Amino acid sequence: MASISAKRLAKELKEIQTEGCPVGVNLLRADDFQTWLFSIEVMGESLYKGEVQTLQFRFDSNYPISSPAVQFLVRENEGIRAPIHPHVYSNGHICASILGTEWSPVLSVVAVCVTLQSMLASCKKKERPVDNDRYVLHAPENPKKTQFHYDDDTV
Amino acid sequence: MSSDYEYSDDENYFDDGDDMDTQEDAETFDEDEDDVMGVDFKTDDKGKRKAYELDYSSFSQSDVEDLMKKDIEYICGIFGVDSGFAALLLRHMAWNKERLVEKYMDNPDKLLVAAGVAAPETPIVPPNRLKSPTASQAGNTRRPTRTGSKLLGFGSKSSGASKSPTISPTISPTSSFSVQPKSPTSSEPFTCPICCDDVPSLKPVALDCGHAYCSNCWTDYISAKVNEEGDLIVRCMGEGCALIAPDSFVHSMLIPDPTAPIGDAEKEEANGNTWKRFQELLVRHFVSSNRDLKYCPYPGCTNTVSCPSAASKLSLTSVVPTVSCGARGIGGQMTQSQQAQGNLGLAGKEHKFCFGCPIDSDHRPVVCGVAKMWLKKCRDDSETANWIKSNTKECSNCQSTIEKNGGCNHMTCKKCKHEFCWVCMGPWSEHGTAWYSCNRYDEKGGIDARDSQSKSRASLERYLHYYNRWANHEQSAKLSLDLYAKTEKKMEDMQITSALTWIEVQFMKKAVEEVDKCRMTLKWTYAMAYYLASGNQKDLFEDNQRDLEKAVEDLSELLEQQIEPEMIPTLRQKVTDKTVYVQKRNEIVLDDTATGFIEGRWKWNVSVDGFDDPENTD
Repeated sequence: MASISAKRLAKELKEIQTEGCPVGVNLLRADDFQTWLFSIEVMGESLYKGEVQTLQFRFDSNYPISSPAVQFLVRENEGIRAPIHPHVYSNGHICASILGTEWSPVLSVVAVCVTLQSMLASCKKKERPVDNDRYVLHAPENPKKTQFHYDDDTV
Repeated sequence: MSSDYEYSDDENYFDDGDDMDTQEDAETFDEDEDDVMGVDFKTDDKGKRKAYELDYSSFSQSDVEDLMKKDIEYICGIFGVDSGFAALLLRHMAWNKERLVEKYMDNPDKLLVAAGVAAPETPIVPPNRLKSPTASQAGNTRRPTRTGSKLLGFGSKSSGASKSPTISPTISPTSSFSVQPKSPTSSEPFTCPICCDDVPSLKPVALDCGHAYCSNCWTDYISAKVNEEGDLIVRCMGEGCALIAPDSFVHSMLIPDPTAPIGDAEKEEANGNTWKRFQELLVRHFVSSNRDLKYCPYPGCTNTVSCPSAASKLSLTSVVPTVSCGARGIGGQMTQSQQAQGNLGLAGKEHKFCFGCPIDSDHRPVVCGVAKMWLKKCRDDSETANWIKSNTKECSNCQSTIEKNGGCNHMTCKKCKHEFCWVCMGPWSEHGTAWYSCNRYDEKGGIDARDSQSKSRASLERYLHYYNRWANHEQSAKLSLDLYAKTEKKMEDMQITSALTWIEVQFMKKAVEEVDKCRMTLKWTYAMAYYLASGNQKDLFEDNQRDLEKAVEDLSELLEQQIEPEMIPTLRQKVTDKTVYVQKRNEIVLDDTATGFIEGRWKWNVSVDGFDDPENTD
């Protein structure tokens, strides 16, 4: 199994290096096949104009059969925070169905980046999820361990 | 389909011990609830159910699979579809055939899409990565609409309306998926979009939607779905694709063609287990969709019980649907020969459970609603009640419960400001100047206060009375495992020290089993008695309970006795007689309560779902 995930990630990495990332997305680090970092920025007019977020991908050996663990990187002491968005918790966890039940093995890292970019772009009001404090207090380290309830597909 | 030992013929072992030496006798010896009754009971046993028994039958996994097959064939016959599709349709409608047919007649296309059998009319454009020639070719030749229209044609044909006679009625026995060998004309080799493998031997596999992936990825994906998520709905891996893989597809991905094994024994075994698990999930889904069926809750057991008479909620107020799935032992793996060996204890226990509620044991004679209420009360209250009883007293004026957590004996109630002495409970005013040392136990004020206290404690005491007896029987039932072991030892000793044969010492085993069974009944009678409204009916009930309890304790005592060789014949006679008596008493309790439920004789002191509200009977 490990070889499948490595092979697939190697292929994705090669594609990124030859074809480049979509506009606003940049590969920051991909030293191994466990954790990758991307920077993403919403282009054009949006509530997040000028903000650059760091997105962290973690892969297990079952990737791409199982989804990657994706979250915004949060480093309070370095001033890196998660964007304020109704589907993003302050610890960086993201409530998005494609990272959970709607994950499909044909999706790729770049596809996830683009989806999250458009999730930010379509936001109409900067606010935290309503249950942010409660969730963050008890949240597991890995967002994949959370059973999100996807109730709103407008943003 | 009832298992063979439920209704075996009546034979009388205890009255004529001399006949007990054939092998057949041994096999039916302990299996039958009725066969060891006294002579006087024998006559009305035949052909007549007792009030506390009800009809049920048990199925093995393959029996249930046969039932499923029948439903699937029925749908195949009506719609003229492939059995894999029929299964998906039925699963989508939770095995409700009538609703399925109705919906299908209404709008077949919509239903087919919703059930994941066919893709929507406007096909999802496959992602860019899938532009390899094989994949797009698959997309063209396997347009889902073709399947859809074929289904439609047969649906209308069978309903009598000859709307589409143009469609040829030959059912091509196509499997619902396609394993496409790599097209020799394609210049580009197939690369699996998931694992990015592109070795030439790789075979693209796709459902009707044409989203092609290599078979290894399919296998891994199915294994992950089935084993990790316990999900029997295996959707196509394509993004947004809603097609569901039919069982034959799952099978072909997990169990390779015998002509082309994968060669990796470990993997083959893992896949085989996944397939087994998948089949089990299918059966479970079928069972859970059918109100008349329930899956045996014992670990590892895959049997199912059908009990239509207890399927409605209303019926649970008049019957206690205790059923047995027919298997014994852990995993239901015990064979007949093992049973005949006469194994005692947990390993050979019958899988008894209640059909009507999640309590995994026989809670006769009390009905599900009351049993649940009692268990909840025990969980919530018993520890609290014990603590209150030992750590608090009530204010003799306002009955508030007070815990003394320090300080002197001069108490002032926070609520009513009543001042009293913690030791004698009398008013503090009577203590005069004898501050902080109370030696006035006999004063009238103190006695009155204690009286009122004990009155307010009555309900607590009452609960604890029932709870302690309940817990006592539960504890005894747990200890019965030890008793089983001890009895087995005794039976061996008896065979050595006396001329009795193996068959002839079975009376001990029978007695232990009977005690165990009766303790279970007794346990639940306390739950029932706690909630019964007082009156003549309750008195009668408690008389029966007392008789049974006395008989059980007597028999228990006999079983615990030291065995002396010269006493064995007497002991055997006594134990045999007592066992019959205990059995009779148990039957009386169960029968009387069950009849009472049917007649609506029992009145509760609290309101119970499905029963009339209690009258004021304080």
